Amino acid sequence: MIGESMYQELILEHYKHPQGRGLRDPYDAEVHHVNPTCGDEITLRVKLGDGGKIEDVSYDGQGCSISQAAASVLHELTTGSTVEDTLSVVDEFTRLMQGRGKVEADEDVLGDAVAFAGVAKFPARVKCALLSWMAYKDAVVRSAAR
Amino acid sequence: MTSTSLDVERIRKDFPVLSRELPGGRPLVYLDSGNSSQKPTAVVETMREHLAMHYSNVGRAMHVLGAESTEAYESARDKVADFIGAPSRDEVIFTKNASEALNLVAYSFGNPANTDPRFTLGPGDEVVISEMEHHSNIVPWQFLVQRTGATLKWFGVTDDGRLDISDISGLITERTKIVSIAHQSNVLGTINPVADVLRRAREVGALVMLDASQSVPHHAVNMAELGADFVAFTGHKMVGPSGIGVLWGRAELLDAMPPFMGGGEMIEAVWMDHSTYAPVPHKFEAGTPPIVEAIGLGAAVDYLTGVGMEAIEAHERGLTAYALDALREVPTLRLIGPESLDQRGAILSFTLGGIHPHDVGQLLDDEFGIAVRVGHHCARPLHLRFGIPATTRASFYLYNTTGEIDALVRGLHHVQKVFA
Repeated sequence: MIGESMYQELILEHYKHPQGRGLRDPYDAEVHHVNPTCGDEITLRVKLGDGGKIEDVSYDGQGCSISQAAASVLHELTTGSTVEDTLSVVDEFTRLMQGRGKVEADEDVLGDAVAFAGVAKFPARVKCALLSWMAYKDAVVRSAAR
Repeated sequence: MTSTSLDVERIRKDFPVLSRELPGGRPLVYLDSGNSSQKPTAVVETMREHLAMHYSNVGRAMHVLGAESTEAYESARDKVADFIGAPSRDEVIFTKNASEALNLVAYSFGNPANTDPRFTLGPGDEVVISEMEHHSNIVPWQFLVQRTGATLKWFGVTDDGRLDISDISGLITERTKIVSIAHQSNVLGTINPVADVLRRAREVGALVMLDASQSVPHHAVNMAELGADFVAFTGHKMVGPSGIGVLWGRAELLDAMPPFMGGGEMIEAVWMDHSTYAPVPHKFEAGTPPIVEAIGLGAAVDYLTGVGMEAIEAHERGLTAYALDALREVPTLRLIGPESLDQRGAILSFTLGGIHPHDVGQLLDDEFGIAVRVGHHCARPLHLRFGIPATTRASFYLYNTTGEIDALVRGLHHVQKVFA
């Protein structure tokens, strides 16, 4: 029953009750990313605040439970943190997802995002989990460039 | 439940993979034959035997092994020609898949090396496809109109998943050079009204190509009776190996067409500044072909003929009727494609409430060992037409049972519980 390790309760919870969903103004950068193999898509906005902090991450999109839950967890982990801290979370999450299930997750860095560890064993689904996180990284780079 | 002369339990024994266990002790329920079919022992063994004991290059090696390989390769062509009722064996061209067969024909049009008016194409000329096509019957034609300045037009699809031929005379006109549509849709299961399309195409002098990847494996299809000009299909969907496909074309057209790829074995004579070409079929088979794959396709055709295409069709019809009834009972399930058995094959695509097909497919696989296909099935425009990003697709073949459809229905109920 591999499915149970992939569809963690926490993932289903975020899927059914997404946090911070919906596009909000004002924002510093907006990006639109798609996963061409499955048609999942996300529009994501980043608003930077004082002291190098992320004031808001808002998003809208469609896709499977993994991609939608990943966006919800991303919102929770990034909003209120510094840009620098969030980018190290993105790096750790990317390392975990691309580790083919053989990478030990750093729970201190990842928080709730460790629930996605099981997804790394499914190459076809890794892109679903990473969609919003890659969009976030892109948006942060663009906001900083402004 | 199904009334059929086909002994499914005996047939299942011919396919070793069907009795394997998946990790976790799950039995395999393979409902993805529209994607690619499983292979019977007869095909595997024929290929193994040839590779082990007879293999050499075909058509050019002047020794015993070369002769044996050539004989096996060319007799595979005879078998395929027989299987599809081709008027001549030389009309059967081996390609690597159906996509290559479609590309081959598309590249013949507007080729500067061509002088035959049937294959000249330019601004003002039109190519007609349909909204239900697989990408392999869309993109090559997009390439063609980009190259030549011709115009691409297409049939729409009705709400119940049929080809919309209500304006066929407005769509296929004197400007149309070729119409290329699926014989059977790989998403909807719809069998298209080829006779209506042919009748209109003939009135205006247009050629007709059929993507028969989903029909030839499941129905007795006869080229002479069908009456099209070109037909493409692929080996791996008809219990044969991957890496081998077929283009059938009317001999006089194939003779008139310019070659597609240049290389060894497609020539008659070569000088440094020009060449003359071999007669068909070899004119279109440049380079060392997929030899063992062609021989495997020959064995696949033998296997299907042994079982009987009429029996296979009847069996699949029974399964489709059973599945249409069973899926109707699943709450929030929306079938994308004809609800009736009329002119439809054993492919059922559907959405399940708001649950993403990737989640449906993952849970069916993980929890029940049920293999279905999820996504847009290489037919994105069709999904856009129905306003959905993706579907879950179950497709049946000669080795499937009503018990497997029951398992699918149980699986879908479970999926709904998890995501409720």
